[in-house]
Amino acid sequence: MAEYTTHEHDVLVIGAGGAGLRAAIEASAAGVDVAVVCKSLLGKAHTVMAEGGMAAAMANVDDRDSWKVHFADTMRGGQYLNSWRMAELHAKEAPERVRELEAWGAVFDRTKDGRILQRNFGGHRYPRLAHVGDRTGLELIRTLQDHGIHRGMKVYMEHTTVRLLKDGDRVVGAFGYDRERGRFHVWRAKAVVLATGGIGRAYKITSNSWEYTGDGQSLAYHAGAELMDMEFVQFHPTGMVWPPSVRGILVTEGVRGEGGVLRNSEGRRFMFDDIPDNYRSSTATDPEEGWRYVTGDKSARRPPELLTRDHVARCIRREVKAGRGSPHGGVFLDIAWIKEKIANAPEHIKKKLPSMYHQFKALADIDITVEPMEVGPTTHYVMGGVRVDPDTQMTTTVPGLFAAGEVAAGLHGANRLGGNSLSDLIVFGKRAGEYAAKFAKEHGAGQIHDDEVQQIARWALAPFERDAKNNPYTVQYELQDLMQDNVGIVRTEAEMTHALEGLEQLRERAAAVGVASHREYNPGWHTALDLDNLMVVSQAITMSAIERKESRGGHFRDDFPDKDPAYAKFNTVLKKGPDGEMQLRRVDVIPLRDDLAQIVEDNK
Amino acid sequence: MSKKVSLRIWRGDKDSGEFKSYETEADDGMVVLDVVHQVQATQAPDLAVRWNCKAGKCGSCSAEINGMPRLMCMTRLSDLPEGEPITVEPMMAFPIIKDLVTDVSWNFRVKQTIKPFKPRPPDAPDGTWRMDQRDVDRVQEFRKCIECFLCQNVCHVLRDHAKHETFIGPRFFVHTAALEMHPLDTEDRVPALKDDYNLGYCNITKCCTKVCPESITITDNAIIPLKERVVDRFYDPVRRLFRVLSGS
Ligand SMILES: Cc1cc2nc3c(=O)[nH]c(=O)nc-3n(C[C@H](O)[C@H](O)[C@H](O)COP(=O)(O)OP(=O)(O)OC[C@H]3O[C@@H](n4cnc5c(N)ncnc54)[C@H](O)[C@@H]3O)c2cc1C
Ligand code: SF4
Ligand code: SF4
Ligand code: FES
Repeated sequence: MAEYTTHEHDVLVIGAGGAGLRAAIEASAAGVDVAVVCKSLLGKAHTVMAEGGMAAAMANVDDRDSWKVHFADTMRGGQYLNSWRMAELHAKEAPERVRELEAWGAVFDRTKDGRILQRNFGGHRYPRLAHVGDRTGLELIRTLQDHGIHRGMKVYMEHTTVRLLKDGDRVVGAFGYDRERGRFHVWRAKAVVLATGGIGRAYKITSNSWEYTGDGQSLAYHAGAELMDMEFVQFHPTGMVWPPSVRGILVTEGVRGEGGVLRNSEGRRFMFDDIPDNYRSSTATDPEEGWRYVTGDKSARRPPELLTRDHVARCIRREVKAGRGSPHGGVFLDIAWIKEKIANAPEHIKKKLPSMYHQFKALADIDITVEPMEVGPTTHYVMGGVRVDPDTQMTTTVPGLFAAGEVAAGLHGANRLGGNSLSDLIVFGKRAGEYAAKFAKEHGAGQIHDDEVQQIARWALAPFERDAKNNPYTVQYELQDLMQDNVGIVRTEAEMTHALEGLEQLRERAAAVGVASHREYNPGWHTALDLDNLMVVSQAITMSAIERKESRGGHFRDDFPDKDPAYAKFNTVLKKGPDGEMQLRRVDVIPLRDDLAQIVEDNK
Repeated sequence: MSKKVSLRIWRGDKDSGEFKSYETEADDGMVVLDVVHQVQATQAPDLAVRWNCKAGKCGSCSAEINGMPRLMCMTRLSDLPEGEPITVEPMMAFPIIKDLVTDVSWNFRVKQTIKPFKPRPPDAPDGTWRMDQRDVDRVQEFRKCIECFLCQNVCHVLRDHAKHETFIGPRFFVHTAALEMHPLDTEDRVPALKDDYNLGYCNITKCCTKVCPESITITDNAIIPLKERVVDRFYDPVRRLFRVLSGS
């Protein structure tokens, strides 16, 4: 019999990024007892890495902005597969959520008249991103962390949950281990909020950290929740490409927002060569107009470098494939050129993009105030995730289980606009916390079934009994290669079918991995347990991507390169079947409410 | 171009430990964290090491490399002497958990004892404030802190004298300074700086500033101005008299 410690709380929040901390703060404010569990130390979650900013139509810089324009931009960016209700709530509530951060101590960059400054970003019509240089995520997480620790929540740092526990239909807690000692824990809770972030570690080239193994998606899936839109993975156009060891590390879109331009090896600004029809009327026709836009001329339209990420990423890939790439297989991103336009360019760049300056200087020996950077696409974000009710964030099928932030689906549809994630975290983190607390107040604690716990514990300990020659890292790397090569930025039926077969074989290998040594802080063991999550999300992405025989947003099919109106009508939804098989179905998109349809029409 | 590197990595737990030697291949541009990961993936799967961002943004991967406190993800092999083994060991000022992982939970407890932000009432009817960029520049410098705790690790008050119970260390002087100099904050932490956080123990050696990966000028911009506030409040006779007379 495995031993475990049981902890009792009203609301259990899994994840301490922006979404989890915001949920925990809200639930605490509602007067319930809250626990937060996270895999890393507090303040180190992925949110800390976000750079560019958070989108909120505060209209501090351009008073033409409003929630309506933000809503329309988000829907257009998501190719209308978004949950319009979430997009509406998000656009309406983001400004208030950002102002609240200021009341909790956040120090955003300022406008000349002393208000929160907002910057341009891809797909946003007006300057809309509240930011702090290029370290906005740090500001967000530290503000929430420093506010949250005085709100009475209990934080379990460096604890990993591996399964949710159920009593009948309902979720009643979670099972996990602490990294330090490797001991088992059961958190018994009346409501559980998943805020575990993304899946980037399913790919080889990614901007994401070791934490992003799709845990929340997988936990929810095994507990009977639905996954939606998993084919939509965002490949960010600008990751570092050289040196090899930093391949994939993000170069913020803020570089382009500040006037950075993309060029191929011939020095050509190739983004002007391919502007999608639905963005033509809002895109600059020449470099001069683009520059005027980034420097705040309200009559100018945005440069094509600031088109949506899916489009920019594919244009870069095309240039590289056509032999017009940079020496290390990317293209050039140049911010140094602005010295032709402004006097103190190097200081300006260092002030606006300090961490990019530092990152390139330290890791690639490149001074971005003097030379161009080399960049190429990197796996960045998953639009899909756990299917939730738009107002409460409760999962559609498991009472008491909520999801918010990157782990949840709906807001972003087929493609996320930059800056819409950080605002997503605070808007829906708050909502999840609020409704989870409400659920906890209305329901007693459920029953934990010891036999279920024992079964999970046996599964979790099994790798110690197997041959350590079957190295978990090797299986993880192979999975990453498989997904990178076959279900990446450009997809075909044949390659994806091959990936499904490959995953089947890897599943057997994953079931055979072994680890040596003991349970104390043993990353080999942790990696072995994470493999199951990576398997679930990889299969989910691949199956959904095969189903969608068209190209839309983050999902591009070489064999179906165009958008197909028939596919605009549904979202793909996955659920675990009675025999443990992954079941896929199409769920109709809910037609836009009339007033919202009008807003979309007015902003075309 | 791949070449061989030798590493001496400290392996052990709170009871005992020793340096173990490893050889691995390194490519151009690699950082210390890369080769540590390579060792972990191929030779020592249970090697404990913290990291998240691999880009100097999260402050997880602090260690002592050839005796120097640094972030493993921002230390390039090409910055270290070629042909010599690279020594990697955990931070010294904190208890060891395992291998390169130390128990830094003390820092989180300390932060909890510092009075949180308390803003003045909003300036505008819509509940917002006005702040000039010039007035927030300094606070923004402090808020760059990634909580790597390298400054805590080198401060002799903690490292050599283990005053963890009475001294909050440079990281939390930076934190307190960020709050005290926040244009909106109305809380008073000056008495606590003197009596509870024991700012007086700091004798301005500047070791903390030297190791800060975020280049925060911890001593000149945070600690010295805080010391001045303490002096003004408690030791300056003219001001003291003025305060008594004005009743503030
Ligand atoms: C480099 C980079 C730059 C970005 N820049 C921007 C930007 O400028 N603007 C923007 O809007 N978005 C940006 N994004 C995206 C955005 O940062 C993320 O989508 C967002 O931070 C995710 O937040 P979250 O709260 O959902 O999850 P996270 O912040 O990732 O937190 C997840 C939490 O869950 C915990 N967790 C995970 N699994 C488990 C488990 N099994 N058990 C216990 N705990 C678990 C983790 O430990 C962590 O605490 C960027 C992303 C990256 C990678
Ligand atoms: S300057 Fe003060 S805080 Fe910094 S290391 Fe020296 S004694 Fe410690
Ligand atoms: S002040 Fe600098 S050295 Fe100290 S914890 Fe912060 S970032 Fe690290
Ligand atoms: S891994 Fe984040 S600072 Fe090194």
